[in-house]
Amino acid sequence: MTATAQRQRAEAPARRGRPNRSGRAGYLFVAPFMIVFTAMFLVPLIYAAYFSFFREQLVGGTVFVGFENYTRAFGDEQLWTGVGRVGLFFLLQVPIMLVLALFFALALDTGLVRLARFARLSIFVPYAVPGVIAALMWGYLYGPDFGPFAQLAEKIGVSAPDFLGADLMLGSIANIVFWEFTGYNMVILFAALRAVPNELYEAAAVDGAGPWRIAWSIKVPALRGALMVCLIFSVIGSFQLFNEPNLLQGLAPTVIDSAYTPNLYAYNLAFVGQEYNYAAAVSFILGLVILVGSYVFMFLTNRRSRS
Amino acid sequence: MNPRISRRAGLAAALASPLALAACGRHTVDPPANVTQDQIDEAMRTPTELNFWTWVPGIEKEVALFEKAYPDITVDVVNAGQGNPHYAKLRTALRAGNGAPDVAQLEFQMIPSFAITEDLLDLRPYGAGELADQFVEFAWSQVSGTDGEVWAIPQDTGPMGMLYRNDIFEAHGIEVPATWDDFAESAARLHEADPEVYLTNFAPAQGAFFAAMLWQAGANPFGGSAGPELHVDLTSPEAERVARFWGDLSEQDLISVDADFTDPWYQALNSGKYATWVAPAWAPSFLTSAAASTAGLWRVAPLPQWEAGQEVSSNWGGSTSAVMATTRNPIAAAVFAQFINTDRKSTETMANEQFLYPPTNAILEDPTFTGQQLDFYGGQEVNALFADISTTVAEDFQWSPIQEKVYADFTDTVGTAVANKEDAVAAMEDWQARIKEYAEYQGFTVRQS
Repeated sequence: MTATAQRQRAEAPARRGRPNRSGRAGYLFVAPFMIVFTAMFLVPLIYAAYFSFFREQLVGGTVFVGFENYTRAFGDEQLWTGVGRVGLFFLLQVPIMLVLALFFALALDTGLVRLARFARLSIFVPYAVPGVIAALMWGYLYGPDFGPFAQLAEKIGVSAPDFLGADLMLGSIANIVFWEFTGYNMVILFAALRAVPNELYEAAAVDGAGPWRIAWSIKVPALRGALMVCLIFSVIGSFQLFNEPNLLQGLAPTVIDSAYTPNLYAYNLAFVGQEYNYAAAVSFILGLVILVGSYVFMFLTNRRSRS
Repeated sequence: MNPRISRRAGLAAALASPLALAACGRHTVDPPANVTQDQIDEAMRTPTELNFWTWVPGIEKEVALFEKAYPDITVDVVNAGQGNPHYAKLRTALRAGNGAPDVAQLEFQMIPSFAITEDLLDLRPYGAGELADQFVEFAWSQVSGTDGEVWAIPQDTGPMGMLYRNDIFEAHGIEVPATWDDFAESAARLHEADPEVYLTNFAPAQGAFFAAMLWQAGANPFGGSAGPELHVDLTSPEAERVARFWGDLSEQDLISVDADFTDPWYQALNSGKYATWVAPAWAPSFLTSAAASTAGLWRVAPLPQWEAGQEVSSNWGGSTSAVMATTRNPIAAAVFAQFINTDRKSTETMANEQFLYPPTNAILEDPTFTGQQLDFYGGQEVNALFADISTTVAEDFQWSPIQEKVYADFTDTVGTAVANKEDAVAAMEDWQARIKEYAEYQGFTVRQS
């Protein structure tokens, strides 16, 4: 390790000597990405931001309204109810998912699990099922009249819980997301565990640490970065919840209204109500919420680890 | 070249584009006062490609008839989805200024919504004005604008009737309800006799059904709306009556409130959970495949009435062919829209092979159509029954120019209230309040009464 570091340091001045050619090559290498990134991400983003400062009416045309769409959004009860709902969803779903993903990753990493490859694949495979298909499938499973749970409950003479009712809907969606993404998070954590240098384990073993102690004192701290990544992904995924409620809406239109989640709300604003400008503002505010949410989590975990 | 400058220029171009788009606008047809036969003949001899968006399966047959009659015109049929996804894509293409079709399928209730955004071509100059007599009156009034424009050509209709399970009715000694009072009474008797069965299902997200109920009751919530002026009246006695009726039935648990066109709903139709489906003329052929296991058990009756002895119906669904104002081929597009919906062979094919319920008098009076005895309905002449109902549909019912939003708000207010056994009449006020707020935001002047 030290040898590599020294070599890198030694090469550094040489590279500085001919910045032009290698610089140009660098640009060339990132160009394909930057072009697509600009065309498909930055430009639409800037366009949407610009768009959000106007108001286009069905009657009366388009006018510049400054921050009016944003002030409306900040006072929009429907939007904030949706944000609150996905916030609750996050608190409900993510801890269970990450703890279980961590557990699976640690279990597989011990190498003691039989058929480890098979187990790893089976836990991961739901992620390979497209979210839309998963939601359709679970929609069938949750069915109040003909779903397998309902039929099973009927066979043993009890009434099945109303999975698609107002009380359980958020939990039912959480379950779908849990099913889809536990394996995904597990793979991230598992890959991070593989990168932990073996010397640490050997040293710990020499010091007399058992497998639990190793898991708690070496593996989990080593996973801090990966867990952070999972957490940020989960913040984004939770606050952008769309597919599952959108598809279950067909089955339970009176439970999932048009503003059930902020993304669903923005979609309906744009494509049902033709309020494109306001939808753009709502989307930016949602982006801001996610940014703040992610930052708060990073800040909290960083501070805790320092103290 | 300094990369910084070019980047800034690109940014400026990106910033300027929406305004530029809004300012120059898209290409639209400035319709002439009248198109002469010579102009039409010339256009129809010019090789042209038309783009046609529709979700009707098998429409290629009618398109082929048109292409045979006008060999120089080819029609590219595109299925861009059914209902809302279709409209969302259509609207996006129209806004973008390119990619929109020449002709698109529009349901009746969507015509004012696309007329208000000036996306439809008035077909009067292209000879459509003379077609009125060929169509059932209500269908023609549905495609007519407030200033007499012809916004589209009717393709099929959905006059309302009631499909019922004859076997269930007979088993419990229930007669076909002639009035809504009878209907409520039968609902109570049936559910008491067999708690597993409901007389009907009220689908809480089916604004179109509820609109048909309002229509029949004589409520015309958006009647008198014109251009930027929107009239909303969802609290009239007629409208309240409808809300109270369905709200009460639900509150007493005499009807089910399942979402329609879902798996559980299809299964319920097959298993006999619903003894009736209050549904339009397109329902009989739909049910034949959707509830195939119940063949022979269903019959069709007219819609129950608010007053005994009346014969009033309404309409749910049905659609039209509309020409987009952005078309580069207005004549060919207009001729196409008229041809497929009025040509004898084409309309016959639609009625008998695509099972679209016809809006043209010629087919409705044709014994080979009305005389069909459908085995699924115990040999009943279902088409003849709906042909009679077609003439009892009130003509003046008007749609709002914001109909998608009106339907979405219905689900969130009245539909949810009925499903949750809450006050449906109060929910009508919510519905109206939401419509008012939205319409004012969109720049309409809202008049309530």
